[in-house]
Amino acid sequence: MLFSTRYTLGFSAVVCVACSLLVSSVAVGLRQRQDANALLEKRRNVLMAAGLLKPGESADRARVQELFQQIVPKVFDMKTGEYVEDINAETYDPIAAQQDPAMSKVAPENQSKIKRIPNYGLVYQVMEDGKLKMLVFPIQGMGLWSTLYGFVAIDKDANTILGITYYQHGETPGLGGEVDNPKWKASWIGRKVFDQNWNVAIRVIKGPAASPQEAPHEVDGLSGATLTSQGVTAMLQFWLGENGYGPYLRKFKESGRV
Amino acid sequence: MNQKTKETLFAPLFNNNPIALQVLGICSALAVTTKMETAFVMCCALTGVLTCSNVSISLIRHHIPPNIRIIVQLAIIASLVIVTDQILKAFVYEISKQLSVFVGLIITNCIVMGRAEAFGMQNGPWLSFLDGLGNATGYSLILMITAFFREFFGSGRIFGYQVLPLITEGGWYEPNGLMVLAPGAFFIIAFLIWALRTWKPDQVEEE
Repeated sequence: MLFSTRYTLGFSAVVCVACSLLVSSVAVGLRQRQDANALLEKRRNVLMAAGLLKPGESADRARVQELFQQIVPKVFDMKTGEYVEDINAETYDPIAAQQDPAMSKVAPENQSKIKRIPNYGLVYQVMEDGKLKMLVFPIQGMGLWSTLYGFVAIDKDANTILGITYYQHGETPGLGGEVDNPKWKASWIGRKVFDQNWNVAIRVIKGPAASPQEAPHEVDGLSGATLTSQGVTAMLQFWLGENGYGPYLRKFKESGRV
Repeated sequence: MNQKTKETLFAPLFNNNPIALQVLGICSALAVTTKMETAFVMCCALTGVLTCSNVSISLIRHHIPPNIRIIVQLAIIASLVIVTDQILKAFVYEISKQLSVFVGLIITNCIVMGRAEAFGMQNGPWLSFLDGLGNATGYSLILMITAFFREFFGSGRIFGYQVLPLITEGGWYEPNGLMVLAPGAFFIIAFLIWALRTWKPDQVEEE
């Protein structure tokens, strides 16, 4: 069977239009649902880092929403550590801001392969009976294969770690993927971020670390995953350091504000 | 069911299995089989894409100009894959995150394109539907068996349910690390092919 060039062109045009109509209508139709899923997932992880949700506990939408009422997101200036009121903290997405040249600046060379730092940071303040209990910050950085995205929870002394969790990574299952292991995550609790001189001292060592009292700045290494462990160290050093949330944390501690 | 329909539906299960005999679709068979849950969702996604692409290509097969047929097939398959991916993101968000790029990679899964070109272009919609279903089931069969062994020996679970208590959690089972890595799937698939060819010696290639 022979087809004319005009027919061939017409046919491909029809196929293209039909396919794009199908794809775009599905994408638009499901957008709301997907956004709701992504938000729920993020909130679930904030709750997990804060220890309000146990790892593996499956919480439905209503439960997450209920627990999240204790959490107040706030936006602050990364340089000065001052709160910024004219940005809606409910919808502000620091990871999206990082892609936007107007909302971020070039990061200094770092091991976490972070290219840009957002101008404004986001902190989730966890409240208990109307009083501030802890701060949850988003963190991200390169591991071995992939960028790890997660949250770290810090006590109101701006120093003690109360939890860490990763919600997205592509590390080797069973090795670097053990960042998801509840036991390893539990080994972070009670460790201190800063030394006396306010330098970020927390690091993942090789092999098991001593108790938080004896080795306040050390965390168990992930066996068989040296590079992922180093990636975790690097991203905490970066995000809790001077280029990251350091100024905010210092200000927070100095003013003792809530 | 007459002989032809039966043959179309059931041959891809054992006699002409897309993974075991034709050795297609290996990439995803390695990537998503560390857990039965993800493997199952991947199987559903591939079944949906394969049957729909086979049927839709078969419906328009007389109108496709032969010189652009491959790109037309690809456009249809790619659209179906994106639709599937969007549906997964909307309804099984957690699993879709674990499957990450591999749903998108169904586009390049040789099974889908192979069936469209080899079967959908020559046969009617009903037969093409059965062919798609049969091949998807053949693919799923291998995937689920592989995932079963990998999850069972690699993390002591079946469908996420702990059956062998792990040493790290106070039990006695030391998980086999090889099983959670991609080479583990190579070994299992190779054993499956070996078993299948011992059972059906006519599948053994001539030296």
